[in-house]
Amino acid sequence: MEWVNAIVQGILLGGLFALFATGLSLAFGVMRFVNLAHGDLAILAAFLAVSFSATLEVNPFVTMALVVPIMALGGYVIQRFGFNWSIGTDPLPSILVTFGLAVVIQNALLERYSADSQGLDIGTFETRSIEFTDDIAVGWFPVLILGVAVVVLVGLQLFLSFTRMGRAFRATADDPSTARLMGINDRNIYAVVMAIAFATVAVAGLFLGIRQTFGPTDGPAQLIFAFEAVVIGGLGSLWGTLLGGIILGVAQTVGNQVDVEFNVLSGPLFGHLIFLVVLAVRPSGLLGRGRG
Amino acid sequence: MSPLLEVSELSSGYGDFRALYDISITVNEGETLAVIGANGAGKTTLLRAITGLVPTWSGSIRFDGQNLLSVPAHRRVAEGITMVPEGRLLFPSLNVRENLLVGGHGRRPGPWTVERVVEVFPLLAPLLGRPSAVLSGGEQQAVAIGRALMANPRLILLDEVSLGLAPVVVRQLYAALPQITAHGATALVVEQDIGQAMSVADQVVCLLEGRVSLEGPSAGLDRADITAAYFGMGHRTEAGSNEGQG
Repeated sequence: MEWVNAIVQGILLGGLFALFATGLSLAFGVMRFVNLAHGDLAILAAFLAVSFSATLEVNPFVTMALVVPIMALGGYVIQRFGFNWSIGTDPLPSILVTFGLAVVIQNALLERYSADSQGLDIGTFETRSIEFTDDIAVGWFPVLILGVAVVVLVGLQLFLSFTRMGRAFRATADDPSTARLMGINDRNIYAVVMAIAFATVAVAGLFLGIRQTFGPTDGPAQLIFAFEAVVIGGLGSLWGTLLGGIILGVAQTVGNQVDVEFNVLSGPLFGHLIFLVVLAVRPSGLLGRGRG
Repeated sequence: MSPLLEVSELSSGYGDFRALYDISITVNEGETLAVIGANGAGKTTLLRAITGLVPTWSGSIRFDGQNLLSVPAHRRVAEGITMVPEGRLLFPSLNVRENLLVGGHGRRPGPWTVERVVEVFPLLAPLLGRPSAVLSGGEQQAVAIGRALMANPRLILLDEVSLGLAPVVVRQLYAALPQITAHGATALVVEQDIGQAMSVADQVVCLLEGRVSLEGPSAGLDRADITAAYFGMGHRTEAGSNEGQG
């Protein structure tokens, strides 16, 4: 029964990983852009929520209404007037630029909030759960996270498939120069993509901050999980990202269970191993179509 | 007839490589101009400069009297300039209908709809739901032309429509040109196939190594003159770089 519980909890944890990975997956899918500051942006969003909920004296959940639009706007501006200059056939400039941004965010957070761990307290909802059996209880909050992840990813996929803007996203992803011939402003598309990426990672950062305590230097670890989810699922595929997040979540919780029972392999290590196996056996990811 | 497109003294290229030397051409509204020339003569670069995909080094491009130099590529579409690029360049992630729809992304008002494109190219009717990558070359070219028409252009630039296609297919595609111009679009056609170019165009311009080597009404041009201008032989060319080659 512990094993079933581990899998259920893993699927729920996967929702958070998938939400983390959404922006990474979208940015890579549309503009082949690798954002190394992605994890730090999540932590930045969580700290913004800490500040807002303290000054406005509201539940951290409520601050989402402020933090997400602010992050989205930040994403648009930084892509339009910053990252766009680093986009080209060579992926190195974008990696360097976002690595620099990651360092800046971490140090700014240390400067402003100190190295102390923080948490976002949303009250009793966080611990409320439904008990199915003595061994299996499902928390409402993890269910909410998974639900949001599914809604975000399905929503994005529908947006890409059926809207005029979504069509423009896909055309730009295929061939930005020909997209310009269609009257599509690729620079603007990239900025909108980054706005969506920042918004989704802000939601993920808030959920993370509610789930566990966090510090200014916790970003890179989140980035690694997000990357693993994207690569397991397949680069540039949003369905793959959801699947990758869930596989990674299950791998970690099952790994934790293995650790408890047999005292080998910690949870995150188990997740990394799954990632390596997928990378070795199917480098394009489970649902990836390869490049182009 | 008023000039719709006036390119004067245009120089352009890629990086350090200069592909166009002071090119001047005029396209009148309602007329079809064919630009011919050998590989590397600068035909595609000329079209890409008109659409804004390659920068203009010097000279000017005026469209309906407006200077285009400060207008970025994606906004020139809104002005009514559209291009069927060499090699079709359909979007592989989009199916045929979506490829057509994305052509109308700018929502410029005009007569063209997916239905009207299918009327002009009936072969597309059963293909609308297919991925664009599985089509034959001729079908892809029809989609590429349809996609450009969806922008409701005043000027449509067709780059090497015949490239890699069977002659019968090329004739079918060019047969649609009168329907296209009948809807108010002026066409600028780039071709390596001189016969095809002469048969559809009112005016012909021949490029040679980035310069205009011959121009005139297609009806009045002599085959020998064209051959000379095309290959850069003899003394009839205006291109300075060819002195001493004949």
